[in-house]
Amino acid sequence: MIKYLIEKEFKQIFRNPFLPKIIIALPMMAMLVFPWAANQEIRNIKVAVLDRDHSTISRRMTDKIDASTYFILSALPATNEAALRSVETGDADIIIDIPQDFEKNLISPPQSPHKGGSADIMLSANAVNSMKAGLASSYLGGIAADFMSELRNENGLVISQPLPVINVVSQNRFNVFLDYKIFMIPALMVMMLTIICGFLPALNIVSEKELGTIEQLNVSPVRKSTFILSKLIPYWIIGVCILTLCLTLACAVYQLLPAGNIPLLYFLSIVYILVVSGIGMIISNYSSTLQQAMFTMFFFILIMILISGLFTPVRSMPEWAQWLAAANPLTYFIKIMRMLFLKGSGFADLWQPFLVLCGFGVLFNSWAVWSYRKSG
Amino acid sequence: MKDITAKNLTKRFGDFTAVDSISFEVERGEIFGFLGANGAGKTTAMRMLCGLSQPTAGEGYVAGFNIDTEAEKVKAHIGYMSQKFSLYEDLRVWENVRLFAGIYGVRKDLIKPKTEETLAKIDLTAERNTLVKEIPLGWKQKLSFSIATFHNPNIVFLDEPTGGVDPLTRRRFWDMIQEAAEGGMTVFVTTHYMDEAEYCNRVSIMVDGKIEALDTPRNLRKQFAAENMDAVFHQLARKATRIEN
Repeated sequence: MIKYLIEKEFKQIFRNPFLPKIIIALPMMAMLVFPWAANQEIRNIKVAVLDRDHSTISRRMTDKIDASTYFILSALPATNEAALRSVETGDADIIIDIPQDFEKNLISPPQSPHKGGSADIMLSANAVNSMKAGLASSYLGGIAADFMSELRNENGLVISQPLPVINVVSQNRFNVFLDYKIFMIPALMVMMLTIICGFLPALNIVSEKELGTIEQLNVSPVRKSTFILSKLIPYWIIGVCILTLCLTLACAVYQLLPAGNIPLLYFLSIVYILVVSGIGMIISNYSSTLQQAMFTMFFFILIMILISGLFTPVRSMPEWAQWLAAANPLTYFIKIMRMLFLKGSGFADLWQPFLVLCGFGVLFNSWAVWSYRKSG
Repeated sequence: MKDITAKNLTKRFGDFTAVDSISFEVERGEIFGFLGANGAGKTTAMRMLCGLSQPTAGEGYVAGFNIDTEAEKVKAHIGYMSQKFSLYEDLRVWENVRLFAGIYGVRKDLIKPKTEETLAKIDLTAERNTLVKEIPLGWKQKLSFSIATFHNPNIVFLDEPTGGVDPLTRRRFWDMIQEAAEGGMTVFVTTHYMDEAEYCNRVSIMVDGKIEALDTPRNLRKQFAAENMDAVFHQLARKATRIEN
């Protein structure tokens, strides 16, 4: 019996003038466009340098900032007012104020009337985008420290005995060049599976309700579980196709292959698709119009995506949000995907989130079968 | 043998009693006309008998099964054609037949020959590959009826099957109904075309959720001293107080 129902679902999907296109176009967009755009690396920060010192060292400092790929020297205002104005007009994100006597303070001996051996610069950042401001400040700190040690090496400034210095040598494992794209690609795949395999089932049952065709099925002896399964299986297959398309594109465009086992990746994804499609079905069962189903699903998917660690780490969320994240199936699947994709984790490392996903799958799909009413 | 039995069947939606304690019996092979004005409760009563809606009170048996507790068994023994056309418009004619044949468990090797036979009977062989949304309403109704009876159910429920089609198509549609009844199928049909009532073995007339009259068309005409069913219906329906929504 289910064979006929699945056959019907596929015919309907392929005959829809819109669905097949979106099923192909969305993952392509996600893989080809979003990794470049949805990028949290901060580059090209515009800097205005207010140089009141006009010394060799202040000029070298300015050049060094300009040479960094993170900064663009956008203005050299003469006064504080001009500098502030450049921030207001958007010509600068950050102002570096190098005070008068910067060089003198830096190179004069410690006992002199000047401060001696140390000098201040002031950094004012436009913190409307707090992430940008924070990162810019820390990058500039790094540049200043670098410049300092350069100066010291050059002329052994002031220092009779070298200060103890801790050099931090960092190594970035699993994503050696801290390429944000590599971090985002598995997450984008998850997003595609969530959106397509979540939305389509949510709209499916309710559109049968709107068209009245569900009545003809409700009056037939078709079992509730058969009906739900016949709705799920097509999205399983579509989900696997989407995943394949995403993996192929990731490999072709970014030379990014999952570090872990690919069959395992598919297996775990299939479990996840079951979970999101189940959510879609439940919403579809409780909705009476397409609009209602659409907005409800949108609401849940938005929450799921934002509280999942997709964009922001779960551990830095407030505790209540961490609880929400723990109740969110997406959290577990993102974890699985990133571990499998970037770290190459095997099943031995992934069984815990896997079991949680299985639990969600059973829960949501039983609920979907239960909430499907053949009679009112 | 009784194929349909209703005992004080009642359906309430909140304060509104859509079907008010109706009782009747339908014999096997009978064409039972279920008449009433719009909003009289015909569709609600029929949906209860088909297991699509649970009765608030009373009980009913269809094909020997309780409509409340054995609804799924009832469904396996009936065919249903709803008032609103509810086949898949984005499937072809033969695909709709195949789908419902499959759902009702018609044997795989029988589906194909029987589909051809059925389409030939309703003159739709040439349209077998046409999407259902592209065929005219009269043809859709014929197709719906053929699909509702494809699996040879004991009983077929037809909810205003001839709504909106021309008199000639209606006439032919009733030939199909009569043929099915001669083959031993019980037909339970709602309509508000009074000329069609004459084709029924027995008719019941519902007013405001209650059955006000139930007999053969001939006896009803006699009882109400009317020359046709239309006049009978007018006499009864005038009593209705329910406002049509």
